[in-house]
Amino acid sequence: MTTTRTPVLAARGLVKTFGRVVGLDGVDVDVYEGEVLAVIGDNGAGKSTLIKCLTGALIPDAGTIICDGREVTFRRPQDARDAGIETVYQTLAVAPALDVASNLYLGREERRPGPLGSVFRMLDKHGMRRRAADAVRDLGISTIQNITQPVESLSGGQRQAVAVARAAAFGSRIVVLDEPTAALGVKESNLVLALIERLRENGLGIVLISHNMPHVWQVADRIHVQRLGRSAGVVTPSSHTMAEGVAIMTGAAAA
Amino acid sequence: MLGLTTDEPGGAAAELERRRRAPAQRVQHVLHTHPALSPAIILLLTCVAFTLLNDRFAAPAALSLLIQQTAVVAALAIGQTLIILTAGIDLSVGAIAVLSSMLAAMLAAEHGVPAPLALVVGVATGMAAGSLNGLLVTRVGLPPFIVTLGTLSVFTAIVLIYTGGQSVPGADLPDWLTWTGTTFPLGDFRLTYGVVLVALMYLVVGWALSQTAWGRHVYAVGDDSDAARLAGIRVSQVLFSVYAVAGLIYGLAAWVLIGRAGAASPNAIADANLESITAVVIGGTSLFGGRGGILGTLLGALIVQSFAVGLSLAGVDDQYRLLAVGILVIAAVSVDQWIRRVRA
Repeated sequence: MTTTRTPVLAARGLVKTFGRVVGLDGVDVDVYEGEVLAVIGDNGAGKSTLIKCLTGALIPDAGTIICDGREVTFRRPQDARDAGIETVYQTLAVAPALDVASNLYLGREERRPGPLGSVFRMLDKHGMRRRAADAVRDLGISTIQNITQPVESLSGGQRQAVAVARAAAFGSRIVVLDEPTAALGVKESNLVLALIERLRENGLGIVLISHNMPHVWQVADRIHVQRLGRSAGVVTPSSHTMAEGVAIMTGAAAA
Repeated sequence: MLGLTTDEPGGAAAELERRRRAPAQRVQHVLHTHPALSPAIILLLTCVAFTLLNDRFAAPAALSLLIQQTAVVAALAIGQTLIILTAGIDLSVGAIAVLSSMLAAMLAAEHGVPAPLALVVGVATGMAAGSLNGLLVTRVGLPPFIVTLGTLSVFTAIVLIYTGGQSVPGADLPDWLTWTGTTFPLGDFRLTYGVVLVALMYLVVGWALSQTAWGRHVYAVGDDSDAARLAGIRVSQVLFSVYAVAGLIYGLAAWVLIGRAGAASPNAIADANLESITAVVIGGTSLFGGRGGILGTLLGALIVQSFAVGLSLAGVDDQYRLLAVGILVIAAVSVDQWIRRVRA
């Protein structure tokens, strides 16, 4: 089975330059369903550029992106979203004063069936609340008890959980998380890591960008090491120790 | 994280802190989820106090007057609320309303344009003026304060140049334009059709804000426009629509204004900008955007007007109304800041 499976998202020979600065210098990457692919690398190694190319926030200069075996072109984030790729941004894209349910459906609100929805454009508030509660429960986010409470009354970890829940609820294939634990304490980080593992169990492909090596080694199945705009190799937590991973990342060792 | 420390069983100090904080946080939470609650309480207290001072305040005649006098500012404040919800501000409210009213009145009275057509042109001009503000905010990327400060002068100047500073007296105005000032009895009360129109505007806009995706997006854009953009909301489209709708509302308010004044004057509602902002702020809508609603604004407009009516009935000088309104504005913004601060 492992030999024949095709990646849900793959990129071949991605190049992205910013003037004379080379952000990506021919990068290949594969993401399979039901796995956590971590992307690590020093500052300026091209992690963010790689992720932005994969999620439509940047258009690569050269190279191809393959989604489910078909070549695709993402011109804007919405294109990637339509292909089932959701991104949790480092700056959480949540509206603090709106409640949890409104935030889950922000930008893709659902209308009532029949003329109330099509003519009067009324929101299906109850339906959205019910489905939001289901989504939150399915993810095991027990710390969010009340789906109608405003996001600003939540802790940092809970807000992160809302952002992850939104990505999980709409990302049918891939969820990309950019530094999801960077601003969180120990307890809250564990909440988010547990959430990532649950998404993997649900069969989603996860791309996790992180500077936190213990977190990466805890949840990742494979680790893509990015160095100076190129892929320095793909390792796994069982084949390499954290120190070896960091050595590859900094150029002190080869993969 | 601050949020976690309160979860810890902790020592005696933590326990004391929790006990001290709990009631305040509960109040804060209630005010947070019901932004119209504090203006509702203030309005109730105001009415009770003025009735105790002079029981004529609660008589249908005084209350009818109160409602009729509130109508114009209350209508303008709907548009102001929409714009403030997006973290903007509109200083051209009064100028747009006067522009609409003068255009409709001049077309009908001086140029012999049929009254319904003159009215439509006037209202449409309000919408066009609001759209111009919206274009300058979204396309040119100027801050709303600067845009509307500029258009305030521009629209005022256009009106003065066009009319030569002359009013159109009520006798020259067709019935269509003054219809909003026509009164009808409702029980012991006497209301105008203008009041009914304003009430309808509140219902429609309130419904759109709470029941449609557009309403959600207005709040989201004011709350955090970057987050809204990342969530896939077309921020500049939402902003533009808010300014255009506000302009339409000012145009309709201009109609109510003609009815209320019984004439069209280029010098009408000179204080409309400040009065509409005052109503919004006392109504609990945050000047930082994303929080509040038009029910609060309606209550805010009624509070200001009840001070005017109540104090004059109590035989108190009008300066005290200014004093009271000033204190209320500062108190309302303090409450808003407090609601924001204790969180996070």
